[in-house]
Amino acid sequence: MKRTVLVVDDSASVRRLISSTLRAAGYDTIEATDGQDALSIARTARPAAVITDQNMPNLDGLGFIRAFRALPGTAGVPVIFLSTENAETLKQKARAAGALGWMTKPFDDRKLLNVVSKVLGA
Amino acid sequence: MTEDAEQLFPIEARALAESLEAGLLDLKSHPEDRALIDGVFRDLHTLKGSGAMFGHTRLAQFLHDFETAFEAVRDGRLRVSPALVELGLRACDHAMALLDGGSAEPGEVLLSALAALTLEPGAAQAAAQPDDLAAGTGVGDSLALGREAAAVPDQDGPPPWSLSVYLAGDTLTLGGRPLGVLDELRALGAQRLHPLLDRLPPLSELTPDRLYVGWRMELPGELSEEVIREAFLFHDEGLDLELERRAAGPAEAAAARGATAAADPEQPDAERRPKGSAGAMMRVPAERLDEMMDRVGELVIAEARLAELAARSGDTLLITVAEEIQRLATSMRETTMSIRMTPIGSISGRFRRLVHDLDATLGKPIDLVIEGQDTELDKTVIEMLADPLMHLIRNSADHGLETPEERRSMGKPDVGTIRMGARYSGAEVVITLADDGRGLDLGKLRAHAEKRGLIGPEDDLDDAEIRALILQPGFSTAQSVTELSGRGVGMDVVRRTIEQLRGTLEVESEPGHGTQISMRLPLTLAIIDGLLVEVAGERYTIPLAAVEHIIELPEDRAQETGHTRLLTIRDKLVPFLRLRQLLDSPGAPGPHQKVVVVTAGELRVGLTVDRIIGSSQTVIKQLSPLHAALKSFSGATVLGDGTVALILDVPQLVAFGQALDAVEAA
Repeated sequence: MKRTVLVVDDSASVRRLISSTLRAAGYDTIEATDGQDALSIARTARPAAVITDQNMPNLDGLGFIRAFRALPGTAGVPVIFLSTENAETLKQKARAAGALGWMTKPFDDRKLLNVVSKVLGA
Repeated sequence: MTEDAEQLFPIEARALAESLEAGLLDLKSHPEDRALIDGVFRDLHTLKGSGAMFGHTRLAQFLHDFETAFEAVRDGRLRVSPALVELGLRACDHAMALLDGGSAEPGEVLLSALAALTLEPGAAQAAAQPDDLAAGTGVGDSLALGREAAAVPDQDGPPPWSLSVYLAGDTLTLGGRPLGVLDELRALGAQRLHPLLDRLPPLSELTPDRLYVGWRMELPGELSEEVIREAFLFHDEGLDLELERRAAGPAEAAAARGATAAADPEQPDAERRPKGSAGAMMRVPAERLDEMMDRVGELVIAEARLAELAARSGDTLLITVAEEIQRLATSMRETTMSIRMTPIGSISGRFRRLVHDLDATLGKPIDLVIEGQDTELDKTVIEMLADPLMHLIRNSADHGLETPEERRSMGKPDVGTIRMGARYSGAEVVITLADDGRGLDLGKLRAHAEKRGLIGPEDDLDDAEIRALILQPGFSTAQSVTELSGRGVGMDVVRRTIEQLRGTLEVESEPGHGTQISMRLPLTLAIIDGLLVEVAGERYTIPLAAVEHIIELPEDRAQETGHTRLLTIRDKLVPFLRLRQLLDSPGAPGPHQKVVVVTAGELRVGLTVDRIIGSSQTVIKQLSPLHAALKSFSGATVLGDGTVALILDVPQLVAFGQALDAVEAA
C-alpha cells in the first residue's frame, strides 16, 4: 500500500516540488496550503507522515503541529518541520510542539527522500 | 523535482512580489500595523525560500539581505517611514528583475541604502558577502551516510566504539522509528548489540507508548563520531548517548569497512536539473480552460437535444434521466465558469503601485479608493482591462487632478481622490473610474477637436458628443506631453479594448468637480441562460439576465403599427419595439403577443414577441465577420433540434428603442 504524506506549505512551487519528488518515489501525497487547511485535511485523511513549513498565513507550522497532535490518532505519525532558518530555539519549539525533526530549506530531492524514507522506513 | 514546479515558480514569485508590494504600500498608511509587517516578512521569507529551492541563488541572496535589513522593523528597532517603503518597493522591483535574469539597478546600492536606514553596519556588509544560503545548512544536509567514513581507509584503524543509547521517551508518540535507527547503525557496522532493560518500570507504571529500552553495541573505530551521531537524526532531543573507544580485533574493523564502503558519496548540487513525474496540478493554462468551456458548451447542446428527444418519446424513465443530465450539465457549466472568474481586486495591486509612483512624479498627493474588489469577471476580461484602467488612472492623475495649490484655492482638500468601482448590473459589470479633479472643459475640448480637424466649426454637437470626442484617435488636451500620459496610448485605445470585450464606454464630467468614465462589460463570454422566444415562426434568444419581466401586450395596443410606442408598465413609460417589424418578418402577429422588458444599465425597453418558448442554456457562437454589421444580434446558438437561433443584442436594442423614443418625442 502506498503511504500518504501530507505536504503543508503556502508556496505552491515548494509544495509541488516536494509532492512530485515523493510521488516519483512511490509515495502518495496530499497538499495543504496552510496550517488551517492542513488541519482540516488531517481530520479526515490519515497521513503516514507530515511535512510542514513554518511561515504560513492563517496558522503557522508550530500552531498546526500543536493542533495536529491534539487530534486523536496522530500519535506515532512523524511530522517533519521545514524552515529557512537553522535556529536552535525554533527547533526546540518545533520539538516541543510535537515535530519529530526538521529540515532546512533549501534541500534537494535526494535529501528529501532520504529523510522521508528514514522516517517512514524504506 | 519537476519541470511543472519550475514553471510554477515564476508565476508564484510574481504573485508573492505583488502581495509584498501591496503590503509595503499598506504599510505606508499604517506604519504601526503588526499584521502588515508580519505579512511583508512572510512574503519575503517565502519568496526567499522558494527562490533558493529553484536555484535562483542571486535572488535568494538578495532577498536574504533585504530580509535582514527589514528585521529591524519586525523587531521594533526601526519605524516604517516613507523612505523605507520606497526602498522596499525598489527592492521588490529589483528582485523581479533578478528573476528575469538581470537588473539595471545594482542590488548593493539598494541594500546599503536599506542598511543605512536600519543603522546596521552588518547588513551593509551582507550585501557584499553572499552567505551560505545556497549551500544548505542544517540537519537535512548531513544525511549522506558514511561520506566521511568512506574517506578513511586506514587498515589498522583506531579501536572500535562502544555505544550505549536511550532514545527519548516520547520517540514513539512523535513517530520516530527506533528500529530504523538500529538498522542504520547495523549498516554502519554495529555488532554485539544488546538491549538495555534497566530503565523498564514496574508493569503498573508502564505506559505502553513510551520507550524505555536502550541498546549497547560496538561500532567500527574508523567511523567518525559525527557519522555515528548522524544515525540519530531527529533523535537528538532527549537523547541519552554514551560513546567511547575501546580495544577490538582487526576482523571487526574490516567488516565495518565493508559496510561503509557501499555508502554513496553525495554529489554537489550546484547544477540541479529537475526531472520527474507530474503531481496534482494546481494552476492550469488558460487555453485548457477554454477547451473545457468548449466541451461544456457542446455538452449543453447535446443535453438540449436529449431533453427534446426524451420529451417527444414520452418515456418517463428516459425523461427522468434526461432531466438528471440537464441538472448535471447546468452545474458543470456553472463550475466551469466559476473557475474562470477572478475578482477584479486581483489586479488592483498594480493600480496602487501606479498611484504611488504618480504621486511621487507629479507632486500631487493622490488617494486611490477601490470599491467592489470582490466583483468577479472572466479572467481574460480582467487581464485585458488592466492596461486601459492603468491608462485611465494615469490620465486622471495627470490631466484631471489639479495641483495642491490649485485645489486649495478652489476649496478642495489638497489630496485628490481617484475612485475605482466595480459592481454588477444585470448581465453586465460596470466599472467606473472617477476623479474629483477639474473636469472636462467642453469649450476647450470643442476648440481643440476643431483644431485637430476632428470636427468642423459648423458641426452641431451636444455635451455628451463633445465629451465623447476625447475617445477619438489622436486627441490630447494636455498642454505639454508629459512623461506619464504622452506614451502614445490614447483614449481611443482604451475604447477599442472595451469594444473588443463587447463592452461600452461612457464619459461624464462636471466642470470643477471631476470626470467619471464608466465601462460596461458583459459578465461572461461563452455560455448564458437565454430566454427562447418566437417571432414570425423564427426563434430568437434573449439573454435571461437582461430580462426584467414579461407581460401580455394589451389588445388595444396589439394592432398598432410603427417601430416603437410607449407602454405604461408599473407606472413607468417604457418604449417598446415590435420585433416583427424590426426584423422585417412577413405576416401579421397573432392575438396574444408578449412584451419582454429588457434592461441595459439604467435604461429599459420592451420587445414584442409572438410566443415565449422557455429558458434554455445558450452556448454563444460568434457570428462570422460577414455578419459583423448586424447590430441587433450579438451571436447565434444551436438549439436542441439542431436549428440555429440568433441571440438578440440587448444593449443595442435598448439604445435603438430609446433613440426612436427620443425622435418621436422631439
